[in-house]
Amino acid sequence: MKRRFTALAAAGALVWSLAACGDNSASSATTAAPAATTAPAPSETAAPAPDTSAAGPVPERIVSLSPTATEMLFAIGAGDQVVAVDEMSNYPAEAVAKATALSGYTPNVEAIAAYDPDLVVHDGSTDLGAQLDSLGIANWVGAAAMTFDDIYMQIEQLGAATGHVDEAAALVANMRAAIDAAVASAPKLDKPPRYYHELDPTYFSVTSNTFIGEVYGLFGLRNIADTTEGTTDYPQLSEEFIISQSPDLIFLADSKCCGETRDSVAQRPGWNATSAVSTGSVFIIDDDIASRWGPRVVDYVELVADAMAYVADLSAG
Amino acid sequence: MAEPHALPATRGRWWLPVSLVVLLGALALGVMVGPAGSWGSADWNIIWNVRMPRVALAGIVGAMLSLAGASYQGVFRNPLVDPYLLGVAAGAGLGATIVFALGRSTTAGWPVDPLPVVAFVGGLLAVLLTYLVGASFGAGRSGVTLVLAGVAVTSLATAVQAFVLQRNNDVIREVYSWILGRLTTATWSDVRLVLPYVVVSSIVLLLHRRHLDVLRVGDDEAAALGTQVQRVRLAVVIAATMGTAAVVSVSGLIGFVGIVVPHAVRLLAGSSYRRLLPLSLVIGAAFLILADIPGRVLQNPAETPIGVVTAFLGAPFFILVLRTRKVAA
Repeated sequence: MKRRFTALAAAGALVWSLAACGDNSASSATTAAPAATTAPAPSETAAPAPDTSAAGPVPERIVSLSPTATEMLFAIGAGDQVVAVDEMSNYPAEAVAKATALSGYTPNVEAIAAYDPDLVVHDGSTDLGAQLDSLGIANWVGAAAMTFDDIYMQIEQLGAATGHVDEAAALVANMRAAIDAAVASAPKLDKPPRYYHELDPTYFSVTSNTFIGEVYGLFGLRNIADTTEGTTDYPQLSEEFIISQSPDLIFLADSKCCGETRDSVAQRPGWNATSAVSTGSVFIIDDDIASRWGPRVVDYVELVADAMAYVADLSAG
Repeated sequence: MAEPHALPATRGRWWLPVSLVVLLGALALGVMVGPAGSWGSADWNIIWNVRMPRVALAGIVGAMLSLAGASYQGVFRNPLVDPYLLGVAAGAGLGATIVFALGRSTTAGWPVDPLPVVAFVGGLLAVLLTYLVGASFGAGRSGVTLVLAGVAVTSLATAVQAFVLQRNNDVIREVYSWILGRLTTATWSDVRLVLPYVVVSSIVLLLHRRHLDVLRVGDDEAAALGTQVQRVRLAVVIAATMGTAAVVSVSGLIGFVGIVVPHAVRLLAGSSYRRLLPLSLVIGAAFLILADIPGRVLQNPAETPIGVVTAFLGAPFFILVLRTRKVAA
């Protein structure tokens, strides 16, 4: 029995932390506030305030425990100030060179402190913040984003905290422009296509009430999992339901983890009958890109735009 | 101990036909109800490719777990033993966790999916270890030392699994959904994969049902009556473990079936193994088919893991059985 409870507890904690991230995301600016007392951190208001960032010294020994934050730091030119990243940080290539065995899920504050950091960046899903505070180590929290504005705000906050305000502003501007362009380039369809986003091969999915849903929402796509809204945002759909819904598009976010491909989906018994499989509208989105909210979200948006164009070509002829 | 089966032999005659009718009803209901609509409104493609293999697999898994549970209870003379107590589940779970930790994309290109194979080997190794440890300390005479050895092996395998999971946080959800039961992705090839093991295991176990009745009087007495106790015990344990490991490898860990069903059958039809084993097989199949229906439609279109449903039904029943036994003692 014990093992089952352990598994339940672990999964419960996982689900809880996902939910907690979602709830907290709106207040990520205020949760970052403790950092303001000990380091050059963003102001306590939600709006970025670059002028206050010049007040303190710029951190030279950053430890990142969040793969998303790692991507942001390197994208705004703060990579040279990073001394260590956690085991899950695998992008960009320069970050991999600084990979350590540090864990963002089960952080060991002693191991982190051993790097003598002057700024620790994490996602706030653990009690690490309080532990670092008690050691007097500045830390910045970037919880899971729920909206694109959350992402831009986190990038600007990191820019302010690391002395790269201009680069952060430029990155945000570029991202906004690229995303706007991708959305504008996508064909407008009379009848919005319906999609199924697959998190793993046992048919866990997401509703529109998540950041992933936000990405597809840019294009007006409709999510087949939305009928579960209100109970959970990460439902395990029944296979019968997916096939009977016959989604126009399937997005696989389980290619890296689980080896799912367009072919493996087509080989699932019964799936040939779905519109997406019969028209070849099965698209692979890198697991890491789909589960992070960093600068590469632009790639995600562009992939969805390409998928839209593909579907439009189908209906055109 | 009370001997309900000492009642006139005719008492149990009706139970096999009745349970077969129940199984047929469960099969019909299982095939008719589902998220894609009832029989007639749902696509034949969905019913044939998705729903029917799932119903069939649920039946096979339920039958095997119940039969194995009843056999273990007989061979160890311990009513609380189920296929999981001897380390089968923990060993299989560890094997599956290791495959998930390797990365499913790494293993996707392999000619044979290693998941069921490694889970099967893990379950078998765990029981082998349990048997060796139990036999060396208890001289193989008592079922109690074996069960204690099973507890120790389970803890060991669980600890290793927790360590592997700790090092591979990214696969926690996959392992978790495997542990809570994987009927959600059942296909006909899963059915074909387990059926040979289940058939062989069931035949061996059913052939030993009379020996299990003799074993109830105790090892020494059974030996005096001419039963080769060690040989029977080994044959039953190996057959039950093989069947359990095979179904666990495709269905994940589905709890409580191996305890709930044999005890329900005992309450209804008496505790003679001649009746208990075939009835457990049939009722177990019906039970898991029926338990899977709420799994599919309760939160439609979302799934309720079958492990949750069986434990939710099983735990209160288990308490009831414990209470009844206390009163009887």
